This record gives sequence, C-alpha cells and structure tokens, in this order.
Amino acid sequence: MATLVDGPDALTGGKESPTPEAVVVRFAGDSGDGMQLTGGQFTLSTALAGNDLATFPDFPAEIRAPQGTLFGVSAFQINFGSTEIDTAGDQPDVLVAMNPAALKTNVGALKVGGLIIADTGEFNKRNLEKAKYEINPLEDGSLEKWQLLAFDISALTLEAVKPFGLGNKEALRCKNMWTLGLALWMFDRDRQPLIDWLNAKFAKNPVLAEANIAALNAGHAYGETAELAGPLKQYHIAPVESEPGLYRTVTGAEAISLGLVAGAQLAELPMFFGGYPITPASAILHNLARLKEYGVTTFQAEDEIAAIASAIGASYAGQLGVTSSSGPGIALKGEAMGLAIMTELPLVIVNSQRGGPSTGLPTKTEQSDLYQAVYGRNGDAPMPVIASRSPSDCFEVAIEACRIAVEYMTPVMLLTDGYIANAAEPWKVPDPESFKPFPVTFLEEKNGPNGELLPFARDEKGARPWIKPGTPGLMHRIGGIEKNPGTGNIDYSPASHQIMTDARKAKVEGVANSIPLQEVNHGETSGKLVVVGWGSTYGPIYQAVRRARRKGLDVSHVHVRHIWPMPSNLGDLLKSYDKVLVPEMNTGQFKTVLRDQFLIDAQPLNKTSGQPFTIAEIEAAIVDTLGGHAGGEVDADKTQLPSIKSDNP
Amino acid sequence: MNEMTKIAVQTTLKDWETDQEVRWCPGCGDYAILKAVQRTLPEISADPSNTVFVSGIGCSSRFPYYVESYGFHTIHGRAPAFATGIKLANPDLDVWLVTGDGDGMSIGGNHTMHILRRNVNVQILLFNNEIYGLTKGQFSPTSREGTNSPTSPLGSVDRPALPCAFALGSGARFIARAYDVSKNLPAVLKAAHAHKGAAFVEIFQNCIVYNKDRFADFVAKGVADQNQLWLTDGEPMLFGSEKSGGVKGIALDMDTLSLKVVDVAGGDWQAAGVIVHNVKNRAIAHMLVEMPFGPFPMALGVIYDDARPSYEDVLLGQDEQARKGKDANLAKLLGKGQTWTVSGTAADPI
Repeated sequence: MATLVDGPDALTGGKESPTPEAVVVRFAGDSGDGMQLTGGQFTLSTALAGNDLATFPDFPAEIRAPQGTLFGVSAFQINFGSTEIDTAGDQPDVLVAMNPAALKTNVGALKVGGLIIADTGEFNKRNLEKAKYEINPLEDGSLEKWQLLAFDISALTLEAVKPFGLGNKEALRCKNMWTLGLALWMFDRDRQPLIDWLNAKFAKNPVLAEANIAALNAGHAYGETAELAGPLKQYHIAPVESEPGLYRTVTGAEAISLGLVAGAQLAELPMFFGGYPITPASAILHNLARLKEYGVTTFQAEDEIAAIASAIGASYAGQLGVTSSSGPGIALKGEAMGLAIMTELPLVIVNSQRGGPSTGLPTKTEQSDLYQAVYGRNGDAPMPVIASRSPSDCFEVAIEACRIAVEYMTPVMLLTDGYIANAAEPWKVPDPESFKPFPVTFLEEKNGPNGELLPFARDEKGARPWIKPGTPGLMHRIGGIEKNPGTGNIDYSPASHQIMTDARKAKVEGVANSIPLQEVNHGETSGKLVVVGWGSTYGPIYQAVRRARRKGLDVSHVHVRHIWPMPSNLGDLLKSYDKVLVPEMNTGQFKTVLRDQFLIDAQPLNKTSGQPFTIAEIEAAIVDTLGGHAGGEVDADKTQLPSIKSDNP
Repeated sequence: MNEMTKIAVQTTLKDWETDQEVRWCPGCGDYAILKAVQRTLPEISADPSNTVFVSGIGCSSRFPYYVESYGFHTIHGRAPAFATGIKLANPDLDVWLVTGDGDGMSIGGNHTMHILRRNVNVQILLFNNEIYGLTKGQFSPTSREGTNSPTSPLGSVDRPALPCAFALGSGARFIARAYDVSKNLPAVLKAAHAHKGAAFVEIFQNCIVYNKDRFADFVAKGVADQNQLWLTDGEPMLFGSEKSGGVKGIALDMDTLSLKVVDVAGGDWQAAGVIVHNVKNRAIAHMLVEMPFGPFPMALGVIYDDARPSYEDVLLGQDEQARKGKDANLAKLLGKGQTWTVSGTAADPI
C-alpha cells in the first residue's frame, strides 16, 4: 500500500517500503464515541512498542455536542515511527471515521491515497443529513482518491458483545474498543496491556470489562481474517533507537505538575497552588490535587483573581505560591501580578495559552499571549517569562520557573499552550537527583547595618530577603504602594520611585546571568537563514529545518526558552545570519520583541487557525525566504499555507 | 522558633504603634478604631510576631501600616483571598482583615462572600462609612438612597446593601456590629477574636470630610440611649431608659413572625414579651440584621456567634489524612504509570 510508505514526516525519502518509518493515524468520531480514550490507549500501546510518537487531540469546546453534528466531531491524531518524531504529523495516512460528520470534517486532511476506515452502520439517512451529505459519500465515488474500507463496525460490535446481555446503547459504546482492536492488529501491537487496563478500569463491573475485551478481540480478529480480501494490511514499525533508560508517556499538563512538585522540593518548600477551572489549564489543578503527599496544598478559588491572590498570600507566608490559567484568566490576574512584582514575592504563573482574544477558541491552540506575558501589566512591571517547547520539556521548564521565582524573589510566567498541555510524547524519566537544588533561606534576624530591619535591602542578584510572618521580631509592612528602597515603608518621593523602578528592572534583567547561553538547535552558528521559534512550534520547525538542510539549504534552527529576559548572546547570534524567520501561532509577537531588543529585520511567519504548524508550511516558507531554489519537492496545500506578511510600515 | 511565642505575650498599647505617621484626616473615625484595636491586642495577649493585618484598598486599608505587626496592604477588594492563602500556608498566624464598604462590599463583594462561607479563621473588620473616601466622596454600595455625590449629583438611586445581612446570607458564623467611638468596640473585637472561624464585624465609621455625622441618629449623645440596642447573650433585648422616655424592648410578633418594639413597664420585661438574646439563634439574627433603623433601634454588639470547624482545619486536615502512610518519593512519582525500558534499541514493556 503506497500510502503508508509515501513520506510521512520522518521519512527519509519517497521510496516504497513494506516497513514505513512513520505513520500518521487520525481517529475521528462523535464526541460521545470515546475517540480521545481510543487515541490515548493507542498511544500507550505505541509507546510500549518502542516507537517515538507525538499526538494531537482535537476536541470540540462543547462537552456533549448534539450527536452526529459537524461541530461535535472529536479527533485524535498520532504520528509514530522508528525515527525521531517531533510533530503530530502534517497529513494522516489513515483516517478512522466513526460517522459521516467525522468523515466530512477530516477527510480533507487525509493524504492522497490514504486509507479511510468507515463505520457504515452510522452512515444512515439521519446522520448523513446532520453531516450535510446529500448522497452517501461511501457510495458515490467521491472518495476515490483515497482507499476506502467501509464496513458495519456497529453491527460487528453488537455481535461481538451479544453474549454479555448489554443494552443496545451500552453495547454500541464498545465500538471504540472494536476499532482499537483493529488498529492494534494493523500495527502489530500487543493487546495484553490494554486488556489489563480494561480489567482495572471496570474492576467494579466485570461484565463491561469482558464486553470491551471481547470487542477489542473481535476487531483484532477482523483484521486477521479480512487481510487477504481488501486494502487492509499489517504493518510493522520498528522501535526507534533511543537512549537507554526508563520511559513513559507524558502530556504537557502532567509534566508541568510534576515539574512544579520537583521545583518545590528543590527549593525545599511546600507548594501552594491556587487555581480556578479553565480550559485548557484545569488539568494541572486536577493533577496536583492528587499529590498532597508531596507537600502540595491545592485551593480551588472563587475566581481567577482569588486564585492568584491566595497564591501570593501563601508565598508571603513562606510557601511556594503557584497559580495557573489560560489567556482570559491571566488577564484577570494582571493586577495581582503587579502586586507580586511590587512586593517582590516569588510566584509561578502558568499560562496554558489558547486562541483569543476574549473567550476565543477555548480548546484550540495559539501562542498569542506573549505580549500579555511580557508587557501586559500597568506600570513598569518587569517579570521573567519562559516557554516550554514540548510536553516533556514542560518538566524542566517548570523547575526553572520555580528556581527563578525563589532566587530572584519575583513572579515568573511559564508559557505553554493548549497543544502542549494535551499532547503526549514519550519521556525518558529523569533522575530527580540530577537537578541542582536551590534551597531557600528565610531571613531570621534583622539585616541592617545598624541592627535595623531592611525588608527591601538587596543581595548580589538584586533580590530582597524573604521574611515569613511568624518570625520573632521581624514585623514589617509591605504593599502595593511605592516604598522606601530599604525599609519598604511608604515613600512616593521622586527619588524612591526612580531607585525602585530601576532596581526592579535591573533585577529581572539580571536573570539573564543565571540562564544558559542560547544554542543553535540544528544547523550552524551563522549562515543565510535562521528560523527562530519559541514554545510548541519546536517540532515543526525542527523537522522543516532538517528537511531543508537535507536538500542542501543553508538554514538553521534556534529555539528560545527564555523569552524575558533573553539569553545574553541571542542578539549577536541572530545577527550572524543574513535572514531571520520567526514562525508563530499569532500575528507576530515574538518577532516584534526580537526587532525591539536587537534591531534586526526579523520576518514573521504567522498562523492563527487554532491549529499547529505543519512541517510543510514551515518548509515552504524557508524555501520562499531563501529565494525558491529548493527543487520544488515540497507538496504544500496552498489553502493550508499561513499568511506570510510583514507588519513593517 | 515559636516556642516562646506560644506563651501568653505581654504587650502594651504602645507596643502596637508603628513609627509611621498616621495619614487619615484629622477627626476621622479610623483613629478611634485604630486605638480600640491597639487597646484590644494586649488584652487578648496577641503576639506582634504572630499577628498579620491584611487589607485591600481605601482609607481603611491603610490600617496595617499603623499596627506594629506583620502587615500586607494588597489590592482593591481582594484581601480575603490573600488572607485565605496566608491561613492555608500557615494556620497558626493570627490574621485580621481590614476592609471598607467599597472594598469589601463592592469590588470585593465576591471574596467577602467566599471567605465567609468557607469560614476561614480570620477577624474581618469592615469599616462602613457609607461613602468612597479615598477617591473623594462618590456614593458607595452602602450609601443611602438619594446620596448626593460627584457621581450622583441628582441623588443616588441604588438601594444600599446591608453588610451584616450579606454576611449572614453568605453563611457567616459570627456577626457583630459596633461604631468607631463606642466604648464597647474592644469588647466586640475580643469576641470576634475568640470566635474560631470567620468573624465579621461591621464598624460604623464617621467620614468627617465626605459623609460627616452620617450615623449621628444613633451615635450622638442624647439619642444613643433610645436608639442603640446592645445585644448580650442571655440578656433581654432592652434599650432606652426611664429618663430618656422609657425602657423598651424587642419582642416577637407571633402573628406576622416579625420583630416589634414594646414598652417595658416597671422593669417587667417578661410581661412585655421581650426576647432573650441567644447568639446561636440564626433566625432571630436574620431579623436583627434586617431590622430597619427608625422604627427600630440599631442592633449592636454580637448579633450571631455559632462556631463551626474552620476552613483551614478541615481542608488541611483532609490533606493530612491523604498524606498518611504515603511515601513522597519523587523518583517513584516520575516513573508512575505504564512505563517501558529501553536497552540499546529494543524496547521491553514492563
């Protein structure tokens, strides 16, 4: 079958091979069909088979959208292979469509020649109407540029679970397991871990466990028996060569939670997490609420402002205060961030970005809160900002946020996004001992030269002492009003405001002295073009640069973790290339910051469709930027291309 | 570290004064409240090192700067949320929250409601002067209808909120009311401090610049006696005196299930049907906080006091329970879930 071997993301060339290096599969169905669960379990089995992988869950904002509707479609895409995988894949090779709406909304993305697996049981008159099909697409030849495997999964599932006496509705719920069984057969996967999982999940209802296992086995058996008849074939994706060690899969939200726990331990502090439910940030609060034994207190506040205010209160009282939200909630927290900056208390603010402005696209991804993170407060309110580039990277970045917060007595914003938060990838489990601790010392005695208390005296980093209420004899007052540079008493004098504004700025800028110099992630330290990214564009940029370089193009990749302050060599590094291209899932925010900081002609590559970049889009932009002499091998869909525009006047 | 501080601490009023110049307008009611608080703190053996004053924004919220303890002057309306974080991080701290009618009932009404319903163990002092002082005299959520102000030149049309009724409706377990220059204010503050859980105290405060003598109807000499009903647990609800026009009491009108004012002849309050104040009677507390001034006197003192477990005790107790017998091994946590080991190129599922 040509489709599976014809160059998915990590493929080295276009030659046909019976064992493809990478495959992209998309499961799509009604939001009630359990597609996220199917995808998640397929991901686990893929990880257990030793493949590298990246996933992209794409689900509607509605919890239970009306059945069968186009906006109720929930999809899960996974890219897996025997080489390094950094993105969820540009175009699927296989689409599993559980109903007409899922087919309609997803088939356009399927690679030409790709395989459609469709459940004919759901292609009835009612569902076709809901999906706005006049004629059944499975029968009118409209899908002929793809391979079609259509059969009645619903009926086959009902047949498989018949012995368990479930009601029709409950029986049909096993459809996703039937489909998963077929997928496991297609890619030669072991069913046992999944059977164990089902037994554990339905421990209290063994009949449901058995029914689901029967459906799984039936789907698997169907693959075996149908192999000779149609386009269905079994593929074996070899394990990826990876560093020896213990691995697990991790989502960004999980890795952030674990990183915060690790960061608090490295600081030798209990952690206080104040949060308010918001998509896609809630998962962090859910995760931490189950980790009490690690010295975590979680507090579901009445609103976003109370969430950050309680975290600042906890920091004031001597714990590591953490809060988390997404764009609209971060906006509400702005004033309190200013107070944390003014009172110089440590705080970590996690921002899981989503499409905006306002409510925007709650379940879709975007990187459009960079201005808000760097500039979005009243007054001169400098605050360190760091960004994670992938689910597993979140762990280290969360630790780094904790370190900066306590070492510099400052709030720190950690930028992640909806894509990273929900996506999973294999993660080599780190050894906690390998991280350098940064234990906190609280002030216990008066620190002034004349035996007085100076809560705003500064150390060599520019940080003030952390004084816990309850410490005998160190009573003092802090607040949001401008203060005397030493005592912290109210002082609005011109000199005080000048000194304190300068001190706050210098302190945050000084964070640059504690971070690594910027490295080139791929390519050379100078040349014709550098593609500069931050956050979750890492995967597609890295792979696009890799492909372009393989074609002989002079292009390198620099990915920035420390957004504010930036690594001290970044300006010089970027100036050593002729051109700078900045792909972002916004209208060019980091590009503006780079231009401002370094007076360089950074060019934007923007995408604001709520979807991550594809590798092809970035590769096409690299070719365009370099003058279009790349050999014309890029097969980019013009309708998917992002707009390349400069906002230079 | 706190070995010493657990023992009753001896302080005087002077020990609670800071070196900061007090910046309220001369004659402001806040001065009297500050003194009452500074007088109360030694009497309850409070330890300055273990005491935290938290405030929001407004005239009242400058309070922490003038008390020699730990102090946190936060942002407008949000002091309850900061205080909640402080108490959850260190429940041993003695936290006082100072707010005003604008700070606590308007911009921060939401947080006032939630700290009360959660029952965080703090003392909440709401200085009610029925006006925005620090922003120069606009009407506030407790201003009476028809208040002329820069933003309501034709008279305000908003109906005022009743802080004590709001607090009770939010689930508060302690409600008290007093006024700035009252000699009973320290006793009310002591009762608030003795209550374990959120203690809500509304203190009528005279803003001499923008809302002068707003409470004169019941605080002025000569009318106080007839117009103040000081509530004491176990005592009949009596007010007035023979020389001020007769002793009166509050009785329950059984036909309408509402309160009424009755004359008490010859000291026989039982005969007049006067109610004995029971601080645990929530239904009567609702009537007392709603009791309209004019036809009725102003109910002052401890209106309601019926403790329930505090939020931090319950939440942190639950956390403690969850931690029992669990190992906080980070390496184990990181390696949780379905894992596999890579040795060379082959993957072996575990």
